[in-house]
Amino acid sequence: METPEQIKARLEAAVPEIRVEVLPNDCPAGERSLLVDIAHVFAAAKFLRDDPQLRLDYCSNVSGVDWPDLEIATKTKVKKVVDGVEKEVEEVMKTLRPGFLEAVYHLYSMELKQGPVVLRQRTANRDPEAPAVSLTPLWRGAELQEREVYDLYGIRLEGHPDLRRILMWDGFKGFPMRKDYVAPDDFEYEPTPHDEVLELAKKHYPPEVKA
Amino acid sequence: MNPVAEPPRRPSYEIRPKTDEAGGESIGELLEISMGPHHPSTHGVFRMDVVLDGEKVVKLKPVFGYLHRNHEKIGENISYLASMPYTDRLDYFCSMTNNWAYALSVEKLAGLAVPERAEYIRVIMAELTRLQNHTCLIGFFAQDMGALGTPMMYAFREREKILDLFESVSGARMMCNYMRFGGVRCDVTAEWLAQAKQLTDGYGKFLDEFEALLAQNEIILARTQGIGVLPRELAISAAITGPMLRASGVDYDLRKVDKYGIYSRFDFKVPLGAQGDVYDRYMIRVLEMRECVKILQAALRDIPSGPVMDPKAKLRGLRPKAGEAYGRVEAPKGELGFYLISDGSTNPYRYRVRPPSFINLTILEDMCLGHRIADAVVILGSVDIVLGEVDR
Repeated sequence: METPEQIKARLEAAVPEIRVEVLPNDCPAGERSLLVDIAHVFAAAKFLRDDPQLRLDYCSNVSGVDWPDLEIATKTKVKKVVDGVEKEVEEVMKTLRPGFLEAVYHLYSMELKQGPVVLRQRTANRDPEAPAVSLTPLWRGAELQEREVYDLYGIRLEGHPDLRRILMWDGFKGFPMRKDYVAPDDFEYEPTPHDEVLELAKKHYPPEVKA
Repeated sequence: MNPVAEPPRRPSYEIRPKTDEAGGESIGELLEISMGPHHPSTHGVFRMDVVLDGEKVVKLKPVFGYLHRNHEKIGENISYLASMPYTDRLDYFCSMTNNWAYALSVEKLAGLAVPERAEYIRVIMAELTRLQNHTCLIGFFAQDMGALGTPMMYAFREREKILDLFESVSGARMMCNYMRFGGVRCDVTAEWLAQAKQLTDGYGKFLDEFEALLAQNEIILARTQGIGVLPRELAISAAITGPMLRASGVDYDLRKVDKYGIYSRFDFKVPLGAQGDVYDRYMIRVLEMRECVKILQAALRDIPSGPVMDPKAKLRGLRPKAGEAYGRVEAPKGELGFYLISDGSTNPYRYRVRPPSFINLTILEDMCLGHRIADAVVILGSVDIVLGEVDR
């Protein structure tokens, strides 16, 4: 099995203008992943699937990950003149990493019995229905899992043949797996087709009968 | 070498008016049926929106979510150890393999070792789970075809014996909560091993009886052969795993591919199907059970003595270093995986379950199209789903 760096070099040779990054993984046994920009992720995935050395014909796991805005504090030592004496002072620099949503694909090869290669794509922001690219046209196995990613994380995966809510009901508002999701108080409320009729029916009752 | 074949085109969801054979105008009506969520043959709260032309299925849409409790969100809000009993509730028939898959992922994430005796105990528990799952599945499946009672009672008789073993070691029949990262919760006794050995040695006889009862049955042959064929290419592309994949002739068993735990020490075969129809899926499970018995006999013979927990393993307040890991095992229903991202705190940052029976439902419609509605029930039965895992 090739290392992520080797796959990255071959991807850059095969797909023009692609931006690939190998992300580190501090877990010793875990795999490092390939981060590919949204515009080229479909071509990259097609390459990974069809390449004779990799032949990642099996898309095992698709998962969404939410990364909200994060303040990263970095300490730097700066020389400053304090009371006429030059001193080294620690200064805390705060930078804001804008939030994004991520779709992670674990790819294996059933033919060559190798893997996994971890492929990631990131949305530009955390808007509701932030767009990304569906890989279901390449691997049918991603179909239900990508629907789940759309349902629970709100990543609109363009190119999916049937992108609807899957575990939550139609008409549900919000994306429950996002880190900032707050569950409503009236959890049991569910819109019914009768809501409008019930609202109309209220008009027929005079106010004193209501009590 | 040819590139991997494009997956076959999805059937169109547009409902066309029924036409007569000459291609004329509509002569009949299509019937839309919402089958489930409370239907005895859907094995739980699962719904299929079926469109029928006479008795023929022309469209079938699975509808999920009736048992959804956002297991993954719960996992993010509690500690690593606290998720272990929750994994029992995923596929509630196979809590032992769920425990193992989760423990394996955390061990990979935190870099923990497992003592040898614990590895043997895990194999014994997982194979006993596989035996009872496949046995019961065949019972349910015969029930779906109208064999009310008898085969299922035979299956449940044997299952109870295995659940008794689970109960005596873990305290619970189904929600075992037995494995821990770095080993198993408690040791098994010599008497327990003797009981397990007695059960294993007798199981072959039961399998003979069960096979003689069903395998050549005329009704079963007529109802299953050539029904719900799943082609090999589609099975690979649709990420089908477990006995369903192997029934379509793909040699992919994680016990052989990943060799997780100590599976490289056991000598067993991976049965493969030739047709990929419902009968193959049934027969693969029968043959797999015979291999299970072989693994169990070897494991019960070779089990060494020693500790069952890694002394360095820290259960409460476990804080793995920031990073991520994906661990997977061959559960009775297919590849069960856990994808964990740690941010260095006591709770996982992301806790994802890769549920095999949920993903195996991807191609339910492709298998059912063109068959009768009664066959759709049999095909669903051969997929082997548990709704606790499908909806999570």
